[in-house]
Amino acid sequence: MKKIISIILSAVIAFSLTACGSTSNSNSDYEANYKNKLKNTELNVFNWGEYIAEGEDGGMNVIKEFEKVTGIKVNYNTFDSNESMYAKLNSGTAYDILIPSDYMIERLINEKKLQKLDFSKLTNYKYISDDYKNLYFDKKNEYSVPYNVGMVGLIYDKTKVNPAPDSWSVMWDKKYKGQILTFNNSRDAFAIAQFLLGIDINSTNKKDWDKAAKKLKEQNPLLQARVMDEVFGKMESGEATIAPYYAGDYYTMLDTNENLGFVYPKEGTNIFVDSICIPKNAQNVDAAHLFINFLLEPKVALENAEYLCYASPNTAVVSNDEYSFKDDEILYPSKDKKPKTEYYHDIDSKTRDYFEKLWEEVILN
Amino acid sequence: MSSFKQKLLNAPYAFWSFVFVAIPLLMVVYYTFTDKGGAFTFENLKILLDKKYISVFAYSIWYAFLATVICLVIAYPLSYIISKMKSVFQDTLMVLIMLPMWINLLIVTFSWKEILSNNGIINSLFEAIGIGKVEMLGTSFAVVLGMVYCFLPFMILPILSSMQKLDKSLIEASEDLGATKINVIKRVIVPLTLPGVISGITMVFVPSISTFYISQKLGNGMIILIGDLIERQFSVSANYNVGAAISLVMMILILISVAVMNRFADDNDKGGA
Repeated sequence: MKKIISIILSAVIAFSLTACGSTSNSNSDYEANYKNKLKNTELNVFNWGEYIAEGEDGGMNVIKEFEKVTGIKVNYNTFDSNESMYAKLNSGTAYDILIPSDYMIERLINEKKLQKLDFSKLTNYKYISDDYKNLYFDKKNEYSVPYNVGMVGLIYDKTKVNPAPDSWSVMWDKKYKGQILTFNNSRDAFAIAQFLLGIDINSTNKKDWDKAAKKLKEQNPLLQARVMDEVFGKMESGEATIAPYYAGDYYTMLDTNENLGFVYPKEGTNIFVDSICIPKNAQNVDAAHLFINFLLEPKVALENAEYLCYASPNTAVVSNDEYSFKDDEILYPSKDKKPKTEYYHDIDSKTRDYFEKLWEEVILN
Repeated sequence: MSSFKQKLLNAPYAFWSFVFVAIPLLMVVYYTFTDKGGAFTFENLKILLDKKYISVFAYSIWYAFLATVICLVIAYPLSYIISKMKSVFQDTLMVLIMLPMWINLLIVTFSWKEILSNNGIINSLFEAIGIGKVEMLGTSFAVVLGMVYCFLPFMILPILSSMQKLDKSLIEASEDLGATKINVIKRVIVPLTLPGVISGITMVFVPSISTFYISQKLGNGMIILIGDLIERQFSVSANYNVGAAISLVMMILILISVAVMNRFADDNDKGGA
């Protein structure tokens, strides 16, 4: 019996050696950095859906690559909104890695649910652009490492929307009744009305939220649907003609429907930074640091940036000549073309409850 | 000894229902009557008296009612016809009725979403023959259609089985005694198949009133039913207390409607006897 096992083992080793030698030779530049004693431990990752390179079209499957290089088993789970992530986290589930957005990180820090990162272990942190350091939600850069940057814009069907829109007001245009989509989450939907009305998206004044809610109710009869990721199918097939969504996703849709156009509305729009953090109740902190560092590897970050089509905060990616979105005008607008942007901030629970209540009124209208 | 053995045999079931039925129910009740800090309150139920929630409840009941009625109208004559066929045909038709149940409900709903969409086959057909596009997704029509399609087998099967069990000699006897065709149906067939109808109604009404997937996908996010509301409280608002309160109210609504129907069936049994 022992003999058989040893034969199998040596076969496996021999095979994996040759596999390394032939296919992933090019990755050996970082592989050595991930030798560790954490083999066979588990890492629980909680990330947005469709938010990591999955190895399509011969690309790298980041999770599998990490498992291969480190021998750590990754349990990968996804969420579809910051709020549902928060609800899951609050129910007591322990994760080692979270990748929420800015304002949610602010809330998690305020509620002391995150732990400080050990930057001495994050040797690749040097690649993060200074533009994305010391951001408002983590002023001293203690808890988070930027993963992706994005902005909300307006996606429209060039053949059906004339003239080309430059304002959020097109989402209230009766001409496009039944063809308009909007976000199926309170914060993003409210923000559009707030930008249009010139109201601060982080207002704590109830009257401001009332006004925005009224505006949203006016939009109800014109809407075809409230969507999140269903926007892809609807815009790609031409079922709907106007939708607000994230800039990177526009390129994904453009692959299937070349009639689509994109604009940052003149009133301003939301910018977000999704960052990697480690919650306080993490079970495998060392592996989590290893994972963060791995995501920052120029090669891995490039794979992610190509796959996700979001703007990368990683300078090694942005300056790479092989990067297909290098100097792209939508993802990396030049200084004079930069849209007006605002971050969401964590809003006090009283205002939050208030606008959630208003939101229910809007959608149950 | 034998009663001890029986108890022993029952133990796994008792354990199962305690852990997965009784405890969750108690938790629902607990969350309903406490606030986020754990203090006793009626606030969660009071919130539900708000006009917007009442209308969600009303719409949910109305759609579930519509779906149930449509299912009944389709299923009853269909079951009658099938029960009169040769047993070979009966078996084939049974398989055809059950076939959609073998496909996952989510896939069925998603397929309907594609079929009913503005670029789906129905609208393409409408366009080709010059009627023009008719918006169907996001309307109550689509939601009720989805419910009927998904739950129709649950109406047909119990009615069909009660039809098949129907003693043919009773029908012959009433005909011999001079009952008209309508009278045979009204006074013999319907009362004798009523238990099947009642369980069919329950099996369609209960999932219809609590569905959230069908309304979410076929309602385009524009039609929100009780199920969606509960889902929202847990997944988006992280408000377990209100979510539990809505669940409790829904359970009570279902209990009441089932009780009313059973009562109806009992009364009728007595009337028949």
